[in-house]
Amino acid sequence: MGWRQRAEITLLAGPAILLFIGFVIFPVLTAVYYGLFRWKGYGAPTDFVGLNNYVVLFKDSAFREAVLHNFEIVFLSLIMQGPLAVVVALLLNRKMRGRSLIRVLIFVPYVISEVIVGIGWKLMLMEGNGAIDSMLRGMGLGGLVQRWMSDPKMAMWTLMIIITWKYFGFAVILFLAGLQGIPEELSEAAQIDGASFWQIQRRITLPLLGPTIRIWAFLSILGSLQLFDLVYIVWGQYISGVAGTSTMATYMALNGRLSGNYGFGNAVAVVIFLISLVCALTYQRLVLRRDTDGALTGGR
Amino acid sequence: MANRHRPHGDKEKYTWASPVVYLVAMCVISGCLAPVAFVIIGGFKSNSQITTNPAAFPNPWKLSNFSNVLTGSMFWRQAGNSVICALVTTLGVVVLGVMASYVIARYNFRGKGAMYALFAAGLMFPLTVAITPLYLLVKSLHLTNTLAGVIVPQVAFALPTTIIILVPFLRAIPREIEEAAAIDGCSRLGFFRRMVLRLSVPGLVTTGILAFIGSWNSYMLPLFVLNDSAKYTLPLGVQAFASERSTDTAAVLAFTSLSMIPALLFFSLFERRIVGGLTGAVKG
Repeated sequence: MGWRQRAEITLLAGPAILLFIGFVIFPVLTAVYYGLFRWKGYGAPTDFVGLNNYVVLFKDSAFREAVLHNFEIVFLSLIMQGPLAVVVALLLNRKMRGRSLIRVLIFVPYVISEVIVGIGWKLMLMEGNGAIDSMLRGMGLGGLVQRWMSDPKMAMWTLMIIITWKYFGFAVILFLAGLQGIPEELSEAAQIDGASFWQIQRRITLPLLGPTIRIWAFLSILGSLQLFDLVYIVWGQYISGVAGTSTMATYMALNGRLSGNYGFGNAVAVVIFLISLVCALTYQRLVLRRDTDGALTGGR
Repeated sequence: MANRHRPHGDKEKYTWASPVVYLVAMCVISGCLAPVAFVIIGGFKSNSQITTNPAAFPNPWKLSNFSNVLTGSMFWRQAGNSVICALVTTLGVVVLGVMASYVIARYNFRGKGAMYALFAAGLMFPLTVAITPLYLLVKSLHLTNTLAGVIVPQVAFALPTTIIILVPFLRAIPREIEEAAAIDGCSRLGFFRRMVLRLSVPGLVTTGILAFIGSWNSYMLPLFVLNDSAKYTLPLGVQAFASERSTDTAAVLAFTSLSMIPALLFFSLFERRIVGGLTGAVKG
């Protein structure tokens, strides 16, 4: 490799790598270091406490609850958004009039920021006098009125409704993109052989969409483990723990920066990262591996 | 590449699907749009209307909530901050991303796999995890309460997605074109500048849109970095407005609806490009 090529590589890739290491990798590594101190964020950390932050963290039942909530969200997101998005994507995957308009409209919730989604839903679900309650009463379904946000039995489901509403459009778009990569000839051939629409979807399209579904599930799992904005906005800083919707990230914001305990906050970040990493690696090992195997062996 | 350059003529083949499909689509869409409609329509109501009959249409339609927001200076200043953040972030991500992706896609050297793996691993380092140390880093660089303190980390965190989408795009450029360019005396950098950038426009647009929307909507990073309401981006502004004026629901809804327009507009203009760009990424 000549000096010229070396120079070109450095020139082209250097800035991205520097920025990435400086602002992504480096902070994560410093989190490990800061996590070992009791530290209010002023000056250099000096009060070394070893693993004490971690001991405190794991003894805190509020954190254990938050972890549990995260895993509930992971599971419920997969089973609520996945099937719904697959069905919608399969229905829309044809050359039909109005398709691009339909696609745009389904994607609208994903494009709107979490803050707006949070504020809008919060106002709609307002207890006593929200639009949803008033609509239910208007339809004679007053019995369905709930304390949507403050009832610990209900709050998680409320959160899941909002999450599904917000993120299922992303799944649909991803699936539609995946479906475009599947040759039409396959389903045409099956159609000639007399297969029905749903038979074709189940036997041909769905298996070929598998890799896309598995990538979506991967992104969904990671997103659920790191959920912050929606909970923080809808339930506010303090009541998410009481309502049973706290997540690891809201716990981190509340007990880290907002209480000025930066050392502790960093320790929480490390734990969130490790949990995400373990989940991601396990998932890649167990689920995504066959996709890469397939790619490496030429799909045979 | 073929499906990205599908001739526009294929619109003629579009036909009406069965009514069932449209019925299902209608149900899903109304579910998607109802909350948005609630926010927008609510902005046209008075507060007493919202209290007495929250689910009804405004009667009469009131424009003053919107005009109050639009004549106040805060909305425009925060919208301006959001525009600056989003544009600079988009530009930074696309420029740095396409340069690095070009190296990964079309140079052969030791450490190329490691470089790709480094960025791919970045998907595991989401902002949520790094936010506390990142805030400390931004603080030590004296960038708190500046837009640069939001933009620079945003660019860094958007790089992995960008590179993962762009690399398959750049790989798909046929080798023959590069060889032909080389015969004509075009250096690799010249090839990058003259050909690659043009051929990869669909991918650049896709990643640009994702970066723009991501920045426009980002909340956690500005929340940590910015603390002066004149420096706020719109998401923070919306939230601050909502908590300051918690009794003035109608004004909150008007402010909220105005702040979601740009991202919606941007997305609906480029929606086809996003699906096209993701197709390459999902297959790659």
